[in-house]
Amino acid sequence: MKSRLSSLLDAFLPVLATLAALLVGAIMLLLLKANPLVAYKALWDGAFGSTNAVAETLVKATPFLLVGLGICISFRANVMNVGGEGQMIIGAIFATWVGLNVKGMPGWVLITLAMLAGVLGGGIWGGIPGILKAYFNVNEILSTIMMNAIAVQLMNYLLRGPMIDPAQAKAASQIPQTARLEEIYRLPRLVPTRLHFGALIAVILAILVYVLLWRTTLGFRIRAVGENPDAAKYGGIKVQRYVVIALLLGGAFAGLAGATQVFGVNYRIITDGSSTGFTGNAGFNGIVAALFGQLHPLLTIPASIFFGGLLVGANTMQRMVQVPSALITALNGLVVIFVVSSEIWRKKRQRRREVVALQINEPPETQAKSKETGA
Amino acid sequence: MISDLFSTTVIIGIISSGIRLATPYLYASLGETFSQRSGVLNLGVEGQMLMGAFAAFYVALKFGSLWGGVLAAILVGAVFGLAMAFVSNNLHAAQGISGIGFYLFGLGMSNLLFQKMIGTVETVQGFPKIYIPFLSDIPGIGEIFFSHNILVYIAFFLVPVAWFVLNKTTLGLKIRAVGENPDAADSLGVSVIRVRYFTVIFGGVMSALGGASLSIALLNVFQQNMTSGLGFIAVALVYFGGWRPWGILGGALLFSMVNSLQLWIQVLGIPIPSEIALMMPYILTILVLVVSTSKVRGPSALSKPFERGD
Repeated sequence: MKSRLSSLLDAFLPVLATLAALLVGAIMLLLLKANPLVAYKALWDGAFGSTNAVAETLVKATPFLLVGLGICISFRANVMNVGGEGQMIIGAIFATWVGLNVKGMPGWVLITLAMLAGVLGGGIWGGIPGILKAYFNVNEILSTIMMNAIAVQLMNYLLRGPMIDPAQAKAASQIPQTARLEEIYRLPRLVPTRLHFGALIAVILAILVYVLLWRTTLGFRIRAVGENPDAAKYGGIKVQRYVVIALLLGGAFAGLAGATQVFGVNYRIITDGSSTGFTGNAGFNGIVAALFGQLHPLLTIPASIFFGGLLVGANTMQRMVQVPSALITALNGLVVIFVVSSEIWRKKRQRRREVVALQINEPPETQAKSKETGA
Repeated sequence: MISDLFSTTVIIGIISSGIRLATPYLYASLGETFSQRSGVLNLGVEGQMLMGAFAAFYVALKFGSLWGGVLAAILVGAVFGLAMAFVSNNLHAAQGISGIGFYLFGLGMSNLLFQKMIGTVETVQGFPKIYIPFLSDIPGIGEIFFSHNILVYIAFFLVPVAWFVLNKTTLGLKIRAVGENPDAADSLGVSVIRVRYFTVIFGGVMSALGGASLSIALLNVFQQNMTSGLGFIAVALVYFGGWRPWGILGGALLFSMVNSLQLWIQVLGIPIPSEIALMMPYILTILVLVVSTSKVRGPSALSKPFERGD
């Protein structure tokens, strides 16, 4: 009974952490001379108040979920992939190239090809740090950060040169963007909203990732490597190979996120010269969502919707109470800090549970003895 | 034309602005070196830089005091460092991830404060150049080394200071011991937690100073996300430099020289895609990491929270 209560508490830790962050947010709102209740009401309405609001929230949540699924896999293998931004960019570039250059195919065939190209691009961009970590012992946090920066420059180069919109190439403005995708090559939308097919793909993939992680040998090995690499190696698992696979899959999902952003939302790559200009920080927010969903693919679905809603609602809040939506970025940061900080209580309780379990399983004799010594 | 690049004036210009641009990297990386040598990975450098940049800029703009701005950055950096130290030392939070949290917080917070307290793009009169008497008159050399603002001089001066503190003082010995073998350090009576509090707060202060060097000495403006990844590079430079101040100086100069070259290429209108040049330092960093990880070993206890009797 006690242990069930305890694991229930574990599940609610992220929620508590979020409430704490929202509380800090309320204090900040007060300092900004805004009524927190009015502000949070506007936030809620902006995120879930109408059909259109819900659709916008889901559109925003889609890349978070896709990146987050990749994070679930990587982090489960204890590989800290912070390269989502770069992997999204490369995925988008690969997919867009297919969308603009491959001709004479039915729409759905081309879209499928483009999505696969996105998966491939992101997979390459995640796989390189994977190989570097597995075989050259290069810290993946660093290499993925470097890969992010390289991807940004590659994108800027392509959008100003080889992949620039022909119309822009002739014009004096030279806006760095690609040409628009033809209408038949776009992911179908649930009109009149902007909700696109990518959202559904993401949810289906979440279920598949769940199956992968808990119902297949591959998933078992990935988790085994993450939980205890030494034991995994002792058990005959080629640890290095699964480190590469974990990063490669993480990158593949982020690449797909980039591809769906192009084919479902913008229909072209456009940037202000930074990675955020294209990704909207989804590469990092996906980490936030996955952590919030406790690295569980199915829990990452509501987590992504929650953070998508926060960001969409932030714009309404900005209009209604004149508080910059940047507040929500700051709150996101606080949520991350609070969630990872609250882990300590989960671990403490887990240790206590293990002690209890040990005492129950021990033969009565030793149990009595351990009671005597006060353990 | 390309040949323009090779005129003496341009070469001197490139090196001189390269040295100037190394400043933010130096502050942030040297600070990060201290926290990493003691075993704490602070990935929130970017957020701390943004907060420092804003604080310094705000004070300089509203109160007209540049040194007041520096002080504000130091305070803000210390507060951020304190928070990071608490989260990683007392709550044992995963450091790579909590750092991302601090980054997002600093990114949002600095933007929020900017929009609320300043609102429009404004400029300040930054720290003026100080021409070192006589030395700055030497042709070429004078412009390259002796015609910079005070924050640039301080940054370069801190390199040997950091080396000295880390390698030649008791404090440095404690920092290294805590980063290599916290249990042994603890058994010898060194307070692991106290040392780590010190280094992480110091790292926060240095990151914030790096941000301030951008907003009130190099660019003299504040914009949202003005560091755009610079803080993450600063963390990478620590690895690049093998956790040694002199190595970090080399890495910082490499990045800043390429940046400077790229700026001049654009100024001169040379039709070389500057993005390719900008990619090079990152690729090089990865290559250096590949080669060096087999030779240079980082602090053994890096990113592992300390717990007694573990």
